[in-house]
Amino acid sequence: MTMVVERPTGRLLEVSELSVVFRRRGQRDVRAVDGVSFTVDSGEVVGLVGESGCGKSVTALAVTGLLPPRGVEVRGQARFGGADLLTLDPRTRRDLRGREIAMVFQDPISSLNPVVPIGVQVTEVLTRHRGMTLRAAKLEAADLLDRVGIPDPKRRLREYPHQLSGGMRQRAMIAMAVACQPRLLIADEPTTALDVTIQAQILELLKDLVRDSNTALIMITHDLGVVAGMCDTINVLYAGRVVESAERRALFAAPHHPYTVGLLGSIPRLDGVRGEPLYTIPGSVRDVLPWHEGCAFTPRCSRRVEQCVAGPPDLTQTPDRSYRCVNPELAPAVGTGVKAAS
Amino acid sequence: MSLPPVPDVLLEVRDLKVHFPITRGVIFDRVIGHVRAVDGVDLSVRRGQTYGLVGESGCGKSTLGRAVLQLYPVTEGSVRFDGVELTKLPAEQMRAMRQRMQMIFQDPVSSLDPRQNVESILTEGLEAHGIGADRAERREMISQTLDSVGLPRWALSRYPHEFSGGQRQRIGIARALALGPELIIADEPVSALDVSIQAQVINLLDQLQNSLGLTYLVIAHDLAVVRHISDTVGVMYLGALVEEAPSDLIYTEPLHPYTRSLMSAVPIPDPELEDRRERILLTGDLPSPANPPPGCRFHTRCPWAQPERCAEERPPLREARPGHLVACHWVEEIADGRIRPHEVATELVRPDEEIPTVSIVQPVQAP
Repeated sequence: MTMVVERPTGRLLEVSELSVVFRRRGQRDVRAVDGVSFTVDSGEVVGLVGESGCGKSVTALAVTGLLPPRGVEVRGQARFGGADLLTLDPRTRRDLRGREIAMVFQDPISSLNPVVPIGVQVTEVLTRHRGMTLRAAKLEAADLLDRVGIPDPKRRLREYPHQLSGGMRQRAMIAMAVACQPRLLIADEPTTALDVTIQAQILELLKDLVRDSNTALIMITHDLGVVAGMCDTINVLYAGRVVESAERRALFAAPHHPYTVGLLGSIPRLDGVRGEPLYTIPGSVRDVLPWHEGCAFTPRCSRRVEQCVAGPPDLTQTPDRSYRCVNPELAPAVGTGVKAAS
Repeated sequence: MSLPPVPDVLLEVRDLKVHFPITRGVIFDRVIGHVRAVDGVDLSVRRGQTYGLVGESGCGKSTLGRAVLQLYPVTEGSVRFDGVELTKLPAEQMRAMRQRMQMIFQDPVSSLDPRQNVESILTEGLEAHGIGADRAERREMISQTLDSVGLPRWALSRYPHEFSGGQRQRIGIARALALGPELIIADEPVSALDVSIQAQVINLLDQLQNSLGLTYLVIAHDLAVVRHISDTVGVMYLGALVEEAPSDLIYTEPLHPYTRSLMSAVPIPDPELEDRRERILLTGDLPSPANPPPGCRFHTRCPWAQPERCAEERPPLREARPGHLVACHWVEEIADGRIRPHEVATELVRPDEEIPTVSIVQPVQAP
């Protein structure tokens, strides 16, 4: 907890009732995000967790304004420092992006430009947003690469992305993202393409960076293990909506929403009991109910009651969490990771 | 090398090496080196049990799996299946043998032909081996297989794209089961699936093993998955096994430095535990298998590496404790705490040194 930079605390980002609909002529509308609300405080690490298709990445793209302008309908609000990111004019948003809000994507090889040396890509951010001279930017870039743990940074700056390994590329991406000391960093599955030992290195690096600079981090992942170790608050998404949101200890100790319960129970754990079948959620994410008719999880839910299909479930607020379920699991469920591990 | 076969061992691999040539040249290909994908592996899989092979990408685990099925030419060593030496088996007999050993692939999308319907996918193997008199009989046979993997009968006339990821993987499993094999090699069977679907498939594999008495060789990078389904776990690093132990011990008492760091790197979905755990962070990346480090392959990244022996002498896999094999010179000293971990400088690994791309791999045509 050393080197804490003086930064205003309090609410940084407030996303409310965000919905994203993809429209294509001749095809049914796809409601990728359907009423997502969550908040991020300064310096907080927030997790968005869910399986493929739950809308976690589209949420991030909508917030940063990276969705294509045509064929997409974005509704709701995303307040960031007094402005609504969703209605901001593209120019102002572009200035904000990179300087105040930065992103790290899953696949560094497709997010880095293959024909431009790493150095040029890193210095570009510095000259564009921090108004540095090229000479100063080069020095700073080498410093950044060093901070993210890339050996021999001066030489690396002249190299191209294909000359670096996957882990080193992701480090370079992170260096670019933190170059302007953004207030918010959005990491979309930053370690999914990496091996587990490299993943551990990158997660450690992200943790250190946000702690030292008081940057808020939105961690988008499908891996509950990853969020357990690093997030302050975790939002679980299902079918485009946050179904449960809680402080990480509270969430793992007593998940309330049946989907969270199922998700936690279905992960084989390194320290789990062997020989027992895993808990399974029947069906697949394709079996959803539209949210306006009731809870989208109803078709797969083991605790469904008649009320579930009576309409969208309201958000229940308790001191340590909020969830959308009419029949929540209030007692700790069996096999959900609540057992004490040695 | 001629050990008498242990009665209940179904698959026995001895000193297996699979090297791929790296060639260069415009007109004539010149061999300029070899990628030692698998470089001396010994393992045995007992009948009815599951052997889990873990390791990071590029460690040679998939190559090993395919070499066992003779889908890649074996450079050296032996693969005995039920007492029969496969590496020297004539092609015709090998073909017949394949009925008894089948494979499940990682990606259910690319391993299923999009233009074949499920019935055709499942009966292809039966036809090739001349099982079943006519279409009706084969259909009856695969209907039972479909039941056992939990797919409805109407699936027969459908095409792969009409199914979800989990269902496609079930089709892949059904295809492997159709021939009634004894050994199934599953290469990353669940890594392309979502968590909730992954659990369904893992349970299915478990059930099938119990009901059909199958023997599995499961290859995966996810340690938690492997530990869950395996009886024995083998950890691979750069073409060789570094540790092999019963799966409970591999988490509670990992002995090899690589296994230790691997175990400590796996995130566990439990905040209390995550906060207390001690991470052994490895520096740098996996060295190139075309140019592996001398001595112990792990010594360039090992936090316990010693100035003597590690860089010169390749440690053999030896029984450090009963039933627990480790390839490390200093296991006992590390376990006792007589050798403490130290800082390791990062060595940069060049991806362009790892030349192995699709072009140099010449798999033997699978019948």
